[in-house]
Amino acid sequence: MTRQWWTLFAAPLILLSTACPHKSVPAASLKPTGFGVTLVESSGGKQIGPTGMVLAQPVVVQVNDEQGTAVTGALVEFSGPADASFDPPTGLTDSSGQLSTNVALGSMAGRYQLTARTSTKAQKSVELKIEEIALGYQEEVGFQLDSKYCARCHDPESTPERVSNHDNLEVKPHAFTEGDTLNRMTDAELSSIISHGGPALNKSALMPPYGYTLSKTEIEALMAYIRLISDPPYHASGMVYAQE
Amino acid sequence: MPLSSESSFEPKKNSLSALWQTLFGHPVRAFGVVSLLLLILLAIAPAKNHFSEWRHYQKQYLALIRGRGDAVTLERRFHDHDGIQQIWLPQLGVVDRCTSCHSGLKEASLSDVSTQPFRRHPAIPHTLDQFGCVMCHRGQGPATTVEEAHSSTLAWEQPILPARYVQSSCGQCHRAPLTGTPQLNSGRNLLGRYGCVHCHTIKLPDGSAIKPTDDPPSLEHVADKTTREWVYAWLKDPQAYAVTATMPNFKLSDPDARDISAFLIADSTPLAGDTAPTPKNEKAPDPTAGASLYGESFCASCHAVQNAAGNVVGGDVGPELTRVGNKVKPEWLRAWLHNPRVYDSGTAMPHYRLSDPQLSLLTAFLGNKTDTDLLANVHLDAATPEQIAHGKLLVTEYGCASCHEINGIKKPDNFAPELTRIGSKALTQIIFLPGMTHALPDYIAAKIRQPRSFGSALKMPQFSLAPGQIDALTTALLSLTDRAQDLPRALTVAAKPASNYQPAGRAGQLMSDLACFSCHAINGRGGDMAPDLTWEGSSVQRPWLQAFLKNPGTLRPALIRRMPRFNLSDEDAKELTDYIMTVYQTPEFDRDSMPAGGYPAAQVERGKQLFYSKYACQGCHIVDTKVDKGYIGPTLTQVGSRLNAAWIYHWLKEPQNLRPGTIEPNRNMPDEDARALTAFLMAQRGSGKQEAKK
Repeated sequence: MTRQWWTLFAAPLILLSTACPHKSVPAASLKPTGFGVTLVESSGGKQIGPTGMVLAQPVVVQVNDEQGTAVTGALVEFSGPADASFDPPTGLTDSSGQLSTNVALGSMAGRYQLTARTSTKAQKSVELKIEEIALGYQEEVGFQLDSKYCARCHDPESTPERVSNHDNLEVKPHAFTEGDTLNRMTDAELSSIISHGGPALNKSALMPPYGYTLSKTEIEALMAYIRLISDPPYHASGMVYAQE
Repeated sequence: MPLSSESSFEPKKNSLSALWQTLFGHPVRAFGVVSLLLLILLAIAPAKNHFSEWRHYQKQYLALIRGRGDAVTLERRFHDHDGIQQIWLPQLGVVDRCTSCHSGLKEASLSDVSTQPFRRHPAIPHTLDQFGCVMCHRGQGPATTVEEAHSSTLAWEQPILPARYVQSSCGQCHRAPLTGTPQLNSGRNLLGRYGCVHCHTIKLPDGSAIKPTDDPPSLEHVADKTTREWVYAWLKDPQAYAVTATMPNFKLSDPDARDISAFLIADSTPLAGDTAPTPKNEKAPDPTAGASLYGESFCASCHAVQNAAGNVVGGDVGPELTRVGNKVKPEWLRAWLHNPRVYDSGTAMPHYRLSDPQLSLLTAFLGNKTDTDLLANVHLDAATPEQIAHGKLLVTEYGCASCHEINGIKKPDNFAPELTRIGSKALTQIIFLPGMTHALPDYIAAKIRQPRSFGSALKMPQFSLAPGQIDALTTALLSLTDRAQDLPRALTVAAKPASNYQPAGRAGQLMSDLACFSCHAINGRGGDMAPDLTWEGSSVQRPWLQAFLKNPGTLRPALIRRMPRFNLSDEDAKELTDYIMTVYQTPEFDRDSMPAGGYPAAQVERGKQLFYSKYACQGCHIVDTKVDKGYIGPTLTQVGSRLNAAWIYHWLKEPQNLRPGTIEPNRNMPDEDARALTAFLMAQRGSGKQEAKK
């Protein structure tokens, strides 16, 4: 009798709890046929892509044994912050000991720390951290502006498709990833050197002013981008790790 | 009371009547029970309100901000509007209550919060109050529970749009490409480039339709150009011939490919002048000379070749040439290189005026680009009339004439479903595959990825697209919503109308013949590989232009794509120069307002100082080849005999005004600095070669 009364109250509670979103856990039905002891990144780390979208290059990891030779059939699982997704999320390494996955970063701009995991024969877990960067709208605009204007000098890599004059300049411009230097500049300094050119901060006149070419919004976008891709990461209010 | 029936079935009747007796056996007790029930019923509504999800999230939000430095400000702002929040925009049809739970969207100081639903909204050009949420994110704005707002439930059809397709929402109002939406821009280009719109009509709100940009070749004279074996191999797997081919794979069976190739070759009619025999008494051409002619003619600006490492190197205006020797007949290739406009009057390929030995060189060089495996296993017997007839039937069924001109077959109208409103297609009209998420983006992406997985009898062929391209196309298609079609014009941002500018007269004919628009834009028409020539007449000096057209020198040494030499005759070069110098004049300034020379030495010297110190132009430009290393902008060693003085002056003052989008920064230069720099630059006349020529 009392039990029945309780059910009356419990029913809506149960309904509520089932309505709550719950995460689905991928079923690991793959059976590993090989085991390694180390996990190394072959390619696909440190990429920059727009939020939510599949990165241009797949992330490829390799499982090696004690001798450093590739292990075929080792089970590798990828994981990351809640809204990053992997295709496939788990798999067995191929004949060259590698597993490749397409990564879509989450909907929040920032750094994404992805984890690849495999286990040794003794069921000891081996982990590899891979970092990728997701650009939000503002950072994406900054990236486009960088490609058009800044990379012509600030990109240490020059390709036939997009020439960079970096190596020919008397005063070498800092690559935007150079956190050691750029992180020490305040937002006001960064904005000032972009708008008014190198001499504004007593630096080389080879850096021209862009304040009459780019709008204020564009300069803000560029700064957001520079701050985001900085290595080591820029820590100030406004920059965060996307957390799990 | 059904509650008691769940455990025991046999003494059901007994226990039921016992229960009845317990509850209602006595009038007072019955009254009590009924009152209690009534009270509970009455309590349901306030309880539901009290336990609602949005209250739960608002409490969580308050807990979240409590410990923060600016808690007082945040709390005050929150309490100014607690309860259910609503953004109501009648003009856009927006009723959004998302901010009831997403409380921190507008709080700049919450940038370190990554837990939903309290994240700050990333910076975008629009505000919440202007556009609401569902305009961009879809979902159900009026809903007040998480599931109904975000997912597709029984009552609501519109789930939230995954972040990877969010740029599609920008495309509902913005028809013009935006800097911040590369994926949408790329998807829209792909709709034209992969020829989707040959079969699927996509109408824009202004009534025009998206036009294809892939220019599939006419097959009316295909037998002059290639062999039946090649057509067969191509039909079976276009990407085996060229990895960059945009032609999709129709997954044809061997007999079907055999019959279609038989029909196309039998249906082809010869065209006068599209083949030219190699002269008999010719020495075997030197293969290295062929390679250098290919390089000098900048063929690679438009055509790609796959190198040994498998990388495709070169432009994508023309077809890939890795295995072109397998495809074209030498006599056709020679005639094509001689004048491509005979075979295809609208081709993007310029008419190089190549000499006979040059034609032989290039024909032999390209003819050697073969892959012995490509046609090794293709053995076709002579076609029978039945095969040809069956081929014709197949060509009609597969809608080949939607893209290609084919003798005797009309271009079918509306061959495939119209996609004008595909972004609002009702889920009830879609047949999903087993295991697929029931959402429109997943359906569209799956359909592009593998069309035949929805039924082997479907006609849509298999396109060869990278995952990123599929996402881009899906994004572009999702932007084609009811809202995009029905929004008042005042609320949309129209694309620049397509220009069909055509220069007049003989110069106009010459420009078509040389396909100037394949690389240069003039008055809004043309490509972006080379500089915009709309104001070219104001920019350059006449003798330089005429000499450049005859023999284009290097302006930007670091570029791999440069103006090729077309071997123009003197009359043709003069005709073009006259036209450009007369017609392509900017109204911004008078070309003759500044002298070409005779500037005082002191001014020239001051200009030099400014060039090297204040403005540090040597970072991008070269004036003195011994010292300067600026490889970004054009070389200025001879700029005094190339450019017009007034152009230099006005360019220095405001470059974007003369060529919108140029990367030369605006230096906000004082008049006297601009004059001094003009004087210095006009003094750069190089070695004097150019003048000597005239």
